[in-house]
Amino acid sequence: MSEVLVVVEHADGSVKKVTSELLTLARIMGEPSAVWIGPGYSDVAAAVLGEFGAAKVYVADGAQYIDHPVAPRAEVLASLVADQSPSAVIIASSADGKETAGRLAIKINSGVITDAIGISAEGIATQSVFGGSTVVHSKVTKGTPIFTVRPNSTPPVPAAVTTTRVDVSVPISEVAMKAKVTGRTVAQKDGRPDLSEAAIVVSGGRGVGAPEGFAVIEALADSLGAAVGASRAATDAGWYPHQYQVGQTGKTVSPQLYMANGISGAIQHRAGMQTSKTIVVVNKDPEAPLFELADFGVVGDLFKVVPQLTEEIKKRA
Amino acid sequence: MKIAVCVKQVPDTWAEKKLRSDDSTLDREAADGVMNELDEYAVEEALKVQEAHGGEVIIVTMGPERAGETVRKALSMGADGAIHLVDDAFHGSDALATSYAIATVLAGRGFDLIFFGSESTDARMSVVPAMVAERLGMAQLTFAQKVDVIGTSVTIQRVTDYGFETVEASMPTVVSVVEKINEPRYPSFKGIMAAKKKPVETLSIADAGLDVSQLGLAAAWTVVEDFAARPPKAAGTVVTDDGEGGIKLADFLATQKFI
Repeated sequence: MSEVLVVVEHADGSVKKVTSELLTLARIMGEPSAVWIGPGYSDVAAAVLGEFGAAKVYVADGAQYIDHPVAPRAEVLASLVADQSPSAVIIASSADGKETAGRLAIKINSGVITDAIGISAEGIATQSVFGGSTVVHSKVTKGTPIFTVRPNSTPPVPAAVTTTRVDVSVPISEVAMKAKVTGRTVAQKDGRPDLSEAAIVVSGGRGVGAPEGFAVIEALADSLGAAVGASRAATDAGWYPHQYQVGQTGKTVSPQLYMANGISGAIQHRAGMQTSKTIVVVNKDPEAPLFELADFGVVGDLFKVVPQLTEEIKKRA
Repeated sequence: MKIAVCVKQVPDTWAEKKLRSDDSTLDREAADGVMNELDEYAVEEALKVQEAHGGEVIIVTMGPERAGETVRKALSMGADGAIHLVDDAFHGSDALATSYAIATVLAGRGFDLIFFGSESTDARMSVVPAMVAERLGMAQLTFAQKVDVIGTSVTIQRVTDYGFETVEASMPTVVSVVEKINEPRYPSFKGIMAAKKKPVETLSIADAGLDVSQLGLAAAWTVVEDFAARPPKAAGTVVTDDGEGGIKLADFLATQKFI
């Protein structure tokens, strides 16, 4: 079977969930090998990668690979592609992931497809575009196909193997070191799951009315172990921090359950959540366009419906 | 200081977009064209740097004739001049081809800063700024929510999932911005009048010294096999809150095994 390189997304030494999804997807196309770039690789990480079928893990260990954004990662991957001739490279559709894919495409003269939500054994990628209104199938026709895949596109399926660590050391060029990370600032952690990876997202919009209004949204999210999102109307108004914005120019999410509260559902917002598996809408306005996407909707005041729901969830827990 | 801002005309953000049935490219005629929203933030940031440090701001775009409207808008905001790459053979160019054309035109013109919006609202790939940096061998300072220029050093706050990274580089450098960075100005009447007299350099593929075999749909390294409108979702249940809306919602979540 041909080798498929899967770039590991990791934070503080732990493997992010999207990586197990990418490994599951890679097994459709061939034999996945994981690529770990940066410090922090451990037996714990190896166990997770092995559980999802990575027989080999290429480890480019060292701070130099993450002290400069994106460019060194592309150089590591270009060197691996040259040495191993894989049949494809799969990367998560994060900001870093997409930029890495773009630079790699130029280095190895290959086509790149971003934001895939599926890949077939023949390398045909499925994308959901224009706010989820159109489904496109496309493939790379030149070089080693590079795909970036959205989190939550594929349920992770274990296929345990024993993992072998293969150390790689790729000298980083001067050019790739021109931009230097001089600090990392962690926004206040809210203790909730990552918005882009969460299985459940509870969002608030214009109907929330004020920063204090988000308390009921957060309470519902916490009763479900969910992440909190916000529409652009809410973030532009300064009611909720910008990094939680779902939609065009914000984050694209595709959770199992998306709950939109007080969000009317302009294309701007739908573009970021339309591929969610189950959609619940609460809005005062029965004409809100988002009701068209709802699996279940309640026409009513979110400040009555949402707290009642939160109470009910706690009661049933 | 010499500053370039790369902008793109896209279908109106609020319009429904679709693909053409003949060649699977974006139907650009079906909706009004507007400047890609995030590019307005890039123009604004470039003008702010110019106000603080002097120099000139040049708009760069690639697109059909009507993209000239987007160029005029950027000029009316206050940019000094523009380069417009226009040629029928650009039609269908992918991100690799676009980055090749833009990088080629920018190279050798001595730009210190090259601004972009961090994504276009039509393709949403977010790869062209990184690709242009790769091609020009420049530092990439992308997804900036804040840009500081001190002498020849540029420092940005790069937005990440957990907060932001502070990233630093020396000019020349590629910078892409997110919408949080500023509030783009509206063109003034004076600005609109002045824009009509500002120089726009129009370049064809031949004028720009580009290799046509690397451009357009035929040269794309990816191909669309097929596309279809997403099947409409089966209509869900919508109830009106009668005082028990939250309980009914809980019942629904229970049947779906979320609680």
